[in-house]
Amino acid sequence: MSNKLLNWREMPIGGMVVRAGNSEEYETGSWRTYRPVHVEERCIHCLRCWILCPDSAIKVEDGKMVGFDLDHCKGCGICAAECPPKCHAIEMKLDSECEDEASA
Amino acid sequence: MPSLKQMSANPELLAPGHRACAGCAAPAILRQALHVSGPDTVVGFATGCMEVSTTIYPYTAWKVPYVHCAFENSASTIAGAEAAYQVLKRRGRIPADKKINFIAFGGDGGTYDIGFQALSGAMERGHDMLYICYDNNAYMNTGIQRSSATPRGASTNTSPAGRAVPGKQQDRKDLTACMVAHNIPYVAQASVSNHMDFMRKVEKALAVEGPSFINILQPCHRGWRYKPEDSIKLAQLAVDSLYWPIFEVENGKWKINYKPKEPIPVADWFKEQGRFRHILKDDPEGVIEWHQEQTDRRWKELLQREAASQED
Repeated sequence: MSNKLLNWREMPIGGMVVRAGNSEEYETGSWRTYRPVHVEERCIHCLRCWILCPDSAIKVEDGKMVGFDLDHCKGCGICAAECPPKCHAIEMKLDSECEDEASA
Repeated sequence: MPSLKQMSANPELLAPGHRACAGCAAPAILRQALHVSGPDTVVGFATGCMEVSTTIYPYTAWKVPYVHCAFENSASTIAGAEAAYQVLKRRGRIPADKKINFIAFGGDGGTYDIGFQALSGAMERGHDMLYICYDNNAYMNTGIQRSSATPRGASTNTSPAGRAVPGKQQDRKDLTACMVAHNIPYVAQASVSNHMDFMRKVEKALAVEGPSFINILQPCHRGWRYKPEDSIKLAQLAVDSLYWPIFEVENGKWKINYKPKEPIPVADWFKEQGRFRHILKDDPEGVIEWHQEQTDRRWKELLQREAASQED
């Protein structure tokens, strides 16, 4: 997300929003307390998580679930709750603990 | 309808970064509808959670043409856009074979109450448009005030449960039946828990000539008081308890799309929600029993209507 404010010369006329879908620049990932973790070997790629994700935060490539868009995932846990119980391929973990792992 | 795998190759038309609450299933409804309708879609949105949270200035989550409407007029705005499209097509400004979908969205406040007149008018005039109402049972955007979609006994900020009154005193309005009474080609009731059914209904509704209406149940964890991850589960319980049956009415023919093998009592759906906590504890007015009777009666009527449709 760019923090630079536009001056009056750079501002579009009427203050219009000129790029469709620019909300992508706004990162809602900072809202998160828990983060989803994908257990790839258990995933059957049913894409139930993808169609039910309110934040378009499930990444899919060639019809396969490949991970999460953590810049936008709000950590609601719908994907983990709705993952078919027989595979249970998404687990929710405390975000703070995961970040520790990444920085270590 | 294409499979989820095929759909996942399409571009996402609702961008992430919108400010809906974590665990709100309404953006999923928008995404599902847009995956079916594709990029050649004009969307109008009545004031409500999704209108506000997807378009917080200076951002917009929409990648399709989007009209910001007032609370009451999303149906008439989209009806006007559709009329303009018909004129431009007649004058040759838009190729005659180009199909553009027109979808108006509204919450239950903007549909059941405030936008009802505009909706009724647009449906009566026969515009080739689809109206989708996401029904979360109250005015959730402004802080959980009762609407005419709120079930009896639910506690909201304007019908709080206390010693004198156990929540809302009146029952909800059956809007889907009101829309069936408009004799439009396609009316359906859906639930966010049955996404394939909903997307099939959107596809059908967009394919018919003339107006169509879909009413979809969308649990709200702020207003209904449950854990955010249970949004889909709560919708499923509403369907399984027969409180929110999913059906479609195509040219006057009723069809129930899902009949639970073993329906659960309505109380099982109630007990998952904080807004009914008071009547589960103490229910001197017999609200739960009353709800069960009403639900059974409505389900019986629905079965009769379906049977009558199959006869002719």
